[in-house]
Amino acid sequence: MTGQETGEATAAVEIRRVSKIFGAGSERQVVALDDVGVTIRDNEFFTLLGPSGCGKTTLLRLIAGFEQPTAGEILLFGSHLEGLPPHRRPVNTVFQQYALFPHMTVAENIGFGLLMQGRPKPEIEETVTRMLALVRMEALAGRRTDQLSGGQQQRVALARALAPHPKVLLLDEPLSALDLKLRKEMQIELKRLQHETGITFIFVTHDQEEALTMSDRIAVMSDGAILQVGTPRQIYDHPARRFVADFIGEINILPAELTEIHGETARVRLASGQERTARLPEGSVEAGRVNVAIRPEHVRLGSPDGAALTGRVRNIVYFGTGTHYHLELEGVADAGGPAAAGGAFTVELQNRLGGADEHAVGERLGVLVEDGTLQVLCD
Amino acid sequence: MAADTQALASPSPAGAPRETERLRRAKAALAREKRRNRLLLLAPALVTIGCVGLLPLTVILVYSFLEPGTYGGVNWVFSGEAYVQFLFERDLFEETLSFNPAYLEIFGRSLLLALGATFGALLVGFPTAYFIATRPPGTRNLWLFLITLPFWTNLLIRTYAMMLILRDEGVINIALMEVGVISEPMILIYTDGAVLLGLVYSYLPFMVLPIYAALEKLDFRLVEAAYDLYATRFRVLRHVILPVAKPGIVAGCILVFIPGLGAYITPQLLGGGKSLMIGNMIWQQFGASRNWPFGSASALILMAIVMIALLIYVRYAGRKRAHG
Ligand SMILES: Nc1ncnc2c1ncn2[C@@H]1O[C@H](COP(=O)(O)OP(=O)(O)O)[C@@H](O)[C@H]1O
Ligand SMILES: [Mg+2]
Repeated sequence: MTGQETGEATAAVEIRRVSKIFGAGSERQVVALDDVGVTIRDNEFFTLLGPSGCGKTTLLRLIAGFEQPTAGEILLFGSHLEGLPPHRRPVNTVFQQYALFPHMTVAENIGFGLLMQGRPKPEIEETVTRMLALVRMEALAGRRTDQLSGGQQQRVALARALAPHPKVLLLDEPLSALDLKLRKEMQIELKRLQHETGITFIFVTHDQEEALTMSDRIAVMSDGAILQVGTPRQIYDHPARRFVADFIGEINILPAELTEIHGETARVRLASGQERTARLPEGSVEAGRVNVAIRPEHVRLGSPDGAALTGRVRNIVYFGTGTHYHLELEGVADAGGPAAAGGAFTVELQNRLGGADEHAVGERLGVLVEDGTLQVLCD
Repeated sequence: MAADTQALASPSPAGAPRETERLRRAKAALAREKRRNRLLLLAPALVTIGCVGLLPLTVILVYSFLEPGTYGGVNWVFSGEAYVQFLFERDLFEETLSFNPAYLEIFGRSLLLALGATFGALLVGFPTAYFIATRPPGTRNLWLFLITLPFWTNLLIRTYAMMLILRDEGVINIALMEVGVISEPMILIYTDGAVLLGLVYSYLPFMVLPIYAALEKLDFRLVEAAYDLYATRFRVLRHVILPVAKPGIVAGCILVFIPGLGAYITPQLLGGGKSLMIGNMIWQQFGASRNWPFGSASALILMAIVMIALLIYVRYAGRKRAHG
C-alpha cells in the first residue's frame, strides 16, 4: 500500500480498496484479499510477488473477471469493470497450466480469440502468422498441442493471449512448470515480448529472483495484502517491512535503538553501542526499539577493535562467485533481538581468482557497517 | 559391426554358419512359445465370444435359410423364401411376386422412433450430464446414483409405471383436468409419442453416463480460457465443451440407438400393439405367426442395418480426423 511514486504515465489498471472473501459469512470463510490498493501503469512489466496462498491468483482473476470483488473497485484505463464478464474485458490471461485447447492445432489456438471477436478471416490469418513468428513457432503451426513440449506449449499460450492485442496481459506463474534452463530463456523471451508489443504485463510469481530480474515494478504480497510496491532496486535495497526483507534475498536483521529521525533517515544505536545512519521506510516509525536490516554483501569484515558488530566465525560456505561467512554475534542474543536469528549474521565476500579463504572458523572478527547501509523495518 | 563379424569369422569359416543356425532355431522356439502363450491367454475371451456371440448367430443364420415348420420350429429344407418375403408378397394361387412394403414400413418407423429417442435422450441427457459434471466432486456420485436408481427395478415394471402416468385416468390427465386445462382426457397412451417417451425414459442413463464420463475429464480451465478469449457462453459450449464431449456423445447415441431400434417391451406396452416396432414383429414371427425362418431373417436384416450404419459412421469419423 506504499504507492511510492506518483508517475505521470497513465494508469492501466487501478485497484481501489479491493477485498475478496470466499464463502463470506460461512464457517470456512477465507479472506483472500484484504483492502488491496495499487496502480499499474501503462506499458509496465508489473509483478505480483508473494508466497503461495497470499492471493496473487485471486487478484488476477478479479482483473480478468472470473471473480467479483467483495468490496472495492477495479478500473481499466479509467473505466469501471464492474459487471463486465470476462469475454467483454480487453484483458487476456496466460494460465498457469497453459489451458490450450486440445482439439485444435497451434494455429487454431492462437487464432481463437480473434475468431471469437469476429475479425475477418484474412486478418486472423495474418495475425496468427505474425504471432507464430513472434514466439518462433512457425514450423509447428499445424501441430496438435498435446504433441508439444512444455516450453512450446508456453509459447503457444503466450501467442494465443497476445493475438487479440489485449490492453493488459495477465500471466499467472507462467514459468513455474518449466525447468531451470528453459525458465531463464523464457524470462528473456517474456521481457522481449513485452517490449515489442508494448502491452502492460501483470506477472505473478513466487520466485523472488524471477521478480527482480524481469520487473519494472514489484508488489510484494503476503496474506491477502500488498506490503510494498517499488522497483526491484527499491524493494531489494530498501525493504520496508520485515516480511519483505525476509522474503527477498538473504538479509541480516538486528535489533537496534532508534534515537533521532531526520526526514528519510534516522540514527540507530546498535548492540555494541555504536550509532549509524539508517534509511527509514515510508509510514510512521517512532523512536525506540526497532529492527534494522542489512544485506550480507553490504558489509565487510575487519578487525574487531572499534567495529560496529563483533562475532566469531561459525562456518564458511564457498559458492563460486562469493563466500558466505556465518558469524555468531556477541551481545545480540541477550539484547532481546529477533529470537529466531539468535545472533547469527551472514557476511558475503566476493571471490577473486586464485584467492583463498581470508578468515578461519573460530576467528573473532569485526563487521564494518557503513552509514546508509542499514534499513529500518516497520515491523 | 559387419566388419567385426567378418574379421572374427574369417579364421574359422565353418563356425559362423553353425552359430547363426542355432540362433535361428532358438528364436523360432521362442516365437512358438510366445504364440502358444498368447493363445492360452486369449482362450477365455475366445470361448466367451464363441458361445455367446458366434454360436447363437450361426443358429439364426442357418434358420433363416430353412422352411418354417407347421407348429413352429423349422423343416430342414433349404429356402431363401424368408428374405423374399421381407420385400415381396407371393400370390397364393399364381405364384407371382408383388412388392409389399409392410415390413419395410415397420423398419422405417422403428428407425424413426429410435432416432427420435436418441435425439430426445441427447437433448435431456447432455444438460443432465453437464449438471452432474459441474457439481463438487463429493456430490457427483450421489447424482449419478439418482440417475441410475430406476434401473434397480425391472424394465417391465418401469414401463407399467409409465402406463399409469400416461393412461386416460393417469396422473397427467387427472392433474390437467383438475386444474381445468382440459375437460376430456387427452389420448396419450398407445401412440407413437408414448413409445418415444418410453424409449427416452428407458435408455436415458445410457446417454448420461458416457457424456458424463467425457465431461468429467473436461478441464474447466479450458472453459475459462475460451471465456477469457472473448467467447460468449454459447460459443464456449460450441467450440470447447461439445468437441471435448464428442466421444461421449457418440458413445451415448450408439448406446441408445441400438437397443432403441430393437426395443420390444416399450412399444408392446406403450404402443398397445398398434405401433409395431421391429422387436415386436420378430417376436410375432417366433410366436403367433410360427415363422421362425422369417423371424431369423428379420433379426439378421436388423443387425445388418445397424452394422452398416456404424461402419459408415466409423469411416466418416476416421476420414474427418485424418483431415483435421
Ligand atoms: N474459489 C475459492 N474458494 C475458497 N477459497 C479460495 C478460492 N480461491 C482461492 N481461495 C483461497 O484464497 C487464498 C488465496 O489464494 P490464491 O489467490 O490462489 O493464492 P496464490 O495465487 O497467491 O497462491 C488461499 O487461501 C486460497 O485457499
Ligand atoms: Mg496462484
